[in-house]
Amino acid sequence: MRAISIIYRKELGSYLRSPVGYLIAAAMLLVCGLLFQSQALGKEAKLSADVLSEFFRFCSGCTIGAAIALSIRLIAEERQTHTIVLLNTSPVRDAEIVVGKFLAALTFLAFIVSASFYMPMLIKVNGKITMSQVLVGYLGLILLGASVLSIGLFASALAKQYLVAASLALVLIVVMLQLYPLGIKLDEPLRSVLQDLDLWHKHFGLGFMKGILNLRDVVYYVAVSYFFLLLTTKTLEAKRWR
Amino acid sequence: MIRAENVCKYYGDKRALGPVSFEIADGETVGFLGLNGAGKTTALRIFACDLRPSQGSVIVGDIDAVKNPHEVRKRIGYLPEHPPLYQDMVVEEFLAYAGKLRQMSKSQIAKRMPAVLEATDLREVRREVISTLSHGYRQRVGVGQAIMHEPMLLILDEPTRGLDPVQIVEMRNMIQNLKDNHTVLVSSHILTEISETCDRLLVLGHGEVLASGSEADLASKMAGTSRTMVAVKAASESTNEDVAKALRNIDSVSDVSIGGSEEGATLFEVTSRAEVRAEICRIMVGEGHDVLQLARNHRELENIFLKLVKTEGSSDAGN
Repeated sequence: MRAISIIYRKELGSYLRSPVGYLIAAAMLLVCGLLFQSQALGKEAKLSADVLSEFFRFCSGCTIGAAIALSIRLIAEERQTHTIVLLNTSPVRDAEIVVGKFLAALTFLAFIVSASFYMPMLIKVNGKITMSQVLVGYLGLILLGASVLSIGLFASALAKQYLVAASLALVLIVVMLQLYPLGIKLDEPLRSVLQDLDLWHKHFGLGFMKGILNLRDVVYYVAVSYFFLLLTTKTLEAKRWR
Repeated sequence: MIRAENVCKYYGDKRALGPVSFEIADGETVGFLGLNGAGKTTALRIFACDLRPSQGSVIVGDIDAVKNPHEVRKRIGYLPEHPPLYQDMVVEEFLAYAGKLRQMSKSQIAKRMPAVLEATDLREVRREVISTLSHGYRQRVGVGQAIMHEPMLLILDEPTRGLDPVQIVEMRNMIQNLKDNHTVLVSSHILTEISETCDRLLVLGHGEVLASGSEADLASKMAGTSRTMVAVKAASESTNEDVAKALRNIDSVSDVSIGGSEEGATLFEVTSRAEVRAEICRIMVGEGHDVLQLARNHRELENIFLKLVKTEGSSDAGN
């Protein structure tokens, strides 16, 4: 646990120190704000719940983008700058490295996502939505972000350079986002399997985005995160002491 | 005690190292000498538990590095060819982070930090961001992270790489000081540096140990002779020939030649079958001559090294 905390604090510190962290935060909030203003609010009259739902749709896209940008550097950068040797020759377990880095990225992502909180508050002030709808949406964003971070971290563990890591992460995420539309074209039981595995539509689009909290959606995102974190740990183990 | 037994490392079918076997006593400073691709870095990485040997065993203290790498990692400090530095961190913060990774507590770090800053001469730049430091200072920070947890074994892979002459001398002095508290393994291409810093040399070639011993041992093994340069200002009633005669009278000396003069002293090159520096000094002073300089021929190690590598090359060609 101590090693996790040491790596967590170091990684969080590097997000806060480097301009990259702030650039990612600024870019995400800018795009999110623009889309909220131009698309979610729009010109014609809408139900507050629909506006909130639209806000979470755009915000989830921005969260995915920010999570990829935050995660791809985590291990690939250590390889590129040779600092991975410090971790490899220290008495720290691979799982501790992975969890420490993941939690730091998740914390930073949570900061960024929570900075957009004023937007749903504007809807609440001017319309009729409940606080629980907003909180469920944000829980969804964090869980979706955690899953994307774990996928990005896995890509980062596989690659030596950012660009390769980013491409790998992007491919994995696009594939996982296309499982739902792909499933529609197939017969049962493959249809349900693919749709259940989709990263966004079923679990975020039909659940969290609409303010509906389903345990199975929470379990899905936790399972995806766990699965890719495990893959990342195994990848590091395979590359570290061989 | 550090022991390597039949250690081999393969990358696919390609043999990078081994089989090599050797022992290093506690407190010893051993230099790994070899051309590029000789297996120096592979050997050091195996000792640092960064690479797992394909065969054989590595024992550090009483711990088997293959079976229990984590325990060994606690006892090792490693400076690789490229120092593992986080450019955005402040020197002191980075050293503390390295200490924490090696399971040091906050109070242990606070207690140890002044000694590390002192040993690596980083006190002046301790609050500076690493990316703003010169190459020489970065190399020192690399050494600092390696000694932070007071490891029993310190592994330095080409610590003088890319340093200017002044920085090389400073780094050499730093290693000399570290010898007091650590067993040190150091690799370098700079042959004279290895001879000045290390108690013993391991010459590697094509992944194998070609020779092992002190510079004098290697010289006598390879050529059966050792060369010493001595600058003597003869006593007023003596001539250079008298000095040469006195030198020739030393038991293992086979030849003495006069090599010229320097600052009023005459340079003699003494060829011997064994180490004779102490005896030369004793006899010269005893006969009233002034000894202004006494050193092994600085080209000797280079010659030994080239001979070893050439011997290996020709035996390979023969095979």
